[in-house]
Amino acid sequence: MGLQDGVQGRVELRGLVKRYGPLYAVDHVSLEVSSGEFLALLGPSGSGKTTILMSIAGFEYPDEGQVLIGGEDVTWSPPNKRNLGMVFQKYTLFPHMSVLENIAFPLKMRGVGRAEREERARAALHTVRLGQMGERRPAQLSGGQQQRVAIARAIVYQPRVLLMDEPLSALDKNLREEMQIEIKHLQREIGITVIFVTHDQTEALTMADRVAVLDQGRLQQLGAPRALYEAPETGFVAGFIGETNFCEGTLHAAAMPGEAVSVALDGGGRMQAVAAQALPAGGRIRVALRPERLRVGPVGAEGMAARVSEAIYAGNATTLLLEGEGGQSLRARIPAGAGLHEPREGEPVRLSWQPADARAFVAAS
Amino acid sequence: MSAARGNRAGRMAVNAAAYAVTVFLLLPTLIIAPMSVGPERLLSFPPKGFSMRWYAEYFQDAEWVRATLFSAEAGVISAVCATVIGTMLSLALVRGRLPGKGLVELLVIGPVIVPHIALAVAMFLVFEQLRLTGTLLGFAMAHTVLALPFVVFTVLAALYRFDAELERAALSCGAGGFRVFRYVTLPLIAPGLVSAALFAFVISFDEAVVSFFISDLDRKTLPRKMFEDIDYNISPTLAAVATMLTLLTIAALLLGYALKRGMERRARAAARQGVEP
Repeated sequence: MGLQDGVQGRVELRGLVKRYGPLYAVDHVSLEVSSGEFLALLGPSGSGKTTILMSIAGFEYPDEGQVLIGGEDVTWSPPNKRNLGMVFQKYTLFPHMSVLENIAFPLKMRGVGRAEREERARAALHTVRLGQMGERRPAQLSGGQQQRVAIARAIVYQPRVLLMDEPLSALDKNLREEMQIEIKHLQREIGITVIFVTHDQTEALTMADRVAVLDQGRLQQLGAPRALYEAPETGFVAGFIGETNFCEGTLHAAAMPGEAVSVALDGGGRMQAVAAQALPAGGRIRVALRPERLRVGPVGAEGMAARVSEAIYAGNATTLLLEGEGGQSLRARIPAGAGLHEPREGEPVRLSWQPADARAFVAAS
Repeated sequence: MSAARGNRAGRMAVNAAAYAVTVFLLLPTLIIAPMSVGPERLLSFPPKGFSMRWYAEYFQDAEWVRATLFSAEAGVISAVCATVIGTMLSLALVRGRLPGKGLVELLVIGPVIVPHIALAVAMFLVFEQLRLTGTLLGFAMAHTVLALPFVVFTVLAALYRFDAELERAALSCGAGGFRVFRYVTLPLIAPGLVSAALFAFVISFDEAVVSFFISDLDRKTLPRKMFEDIDYNISPTLAAVATMLTLLTIAALLLGYALKRGMERRARAAARQGVEP
């Protein structure tokens, strides 16, 4: 990879702001995507993820901030001048053109001659494993095939960046999972930068090198999937990614991120945890704890007293619904085959955890 | 059970009434056809024989032919103008962010609401000043205005059925605004445009009130010529012309309908591929 390739596909957002009236759709978002990286923009609806993608694509213009692609400021250039590939949520193939004509269309717009156009379109069709479908009309293809054609159309001119706006949400679950892997492989194969919008955390975690979690227009955390899951930096991320127990309480003294704290739980008792962010003295605190990090021991062991209210067997694991001594409802997961004791419903137990696994956040007011 | 039967009886009564009204409305038009093939010099019903004499008369009469050609010219020009202007207007109304959209819409609908006779008087007064009465330009302008609302309605419907996301897709493929229209929007709304143009042509070709005012002695449209014929000499040629005019209009509307059907089929096919029509 030459030096040129190293910057061509880099995307940078600097202080991006998009307002709709008094509402911030995007609230000062800055991030960098390196060339050849797969970034997922993850968030619930209204989090601003699509608005960010549309600002990169050129379909939205920000109120403040800049969009840079390959080091060049493209904030105000029109979408057709940005040389990006785009795959939409709906397949958006041109219904009056054949599959091959659809794929050749961007080449035609770039003044590529007919023979070369056809050759490159066929190659792109081959890349998405639809070699024989070129003469068909889009309406004659299945949903998954149509979305592959849309991908072929978006990469045939070898753009530096491929933008994808929830491209798999119209597909059923099995096809979706198949396409996730396929897109990931394709991305590695052609080394293109991908920015992928999704509201599905599993999709984001499986496909992306890094995930940007957004809520209410603000960037909550940007990191590798493992970092998001194991070390969420905000309460929102802890709750949004994976399953989490939340316990509410208060803190006496202020704490810096990473510092060990002892939180006084609302229902009584204390909880050892680690501050995930700067915590103010006397503030309301939420402690997040993953169900699989909760250890369930017999009465008499160390830890929080609790009672099993329900045990749900699911083959590879058993989920326990627990009621803590202060009335908290908690979930714990006991993996099958590890020889661990599986308490029955109604049984009193003791819950313990590594303080590092319990992450304390400022509770949203 | 009895409620269902009551419903059915009610529905039949409504249908019967609807058919009766349709027949009542169509009857004069239907009677004119047999009258046009009668051999006598005076219009009579039922005809006492069969003759194409009055049709032949029409084609041999220079004045009828001239009026027809003039109408056709005015019709084609105003159909083209109304379709081009109407399409641009519709695009601006749907896609554009133009201020005073409501006012523009109101102005477009104007000719439908304002009585044609009022419009005719107004146009006559203006055209008289500009020496546009009895000119092709004058008729083309007047008929373009009259046909515009129908074109706009038809094209707006086509544009609403059309998925604007396809335009974004084309933009992302590197097409500029004009080429997006040329390669994506236009081909997909084309059937709507053709049926709008046919509509516009029929409106111009049939138009009598405004034409009556802005014609002059030697440049007149077919409907105006027909009016004069009723005044001076009621010959069965008039019935022949009316019959042909009716058939032409029906043909044009059927063609427009077929095109619209084709477009809807295409939209459904597009819907099947997940693109909303």
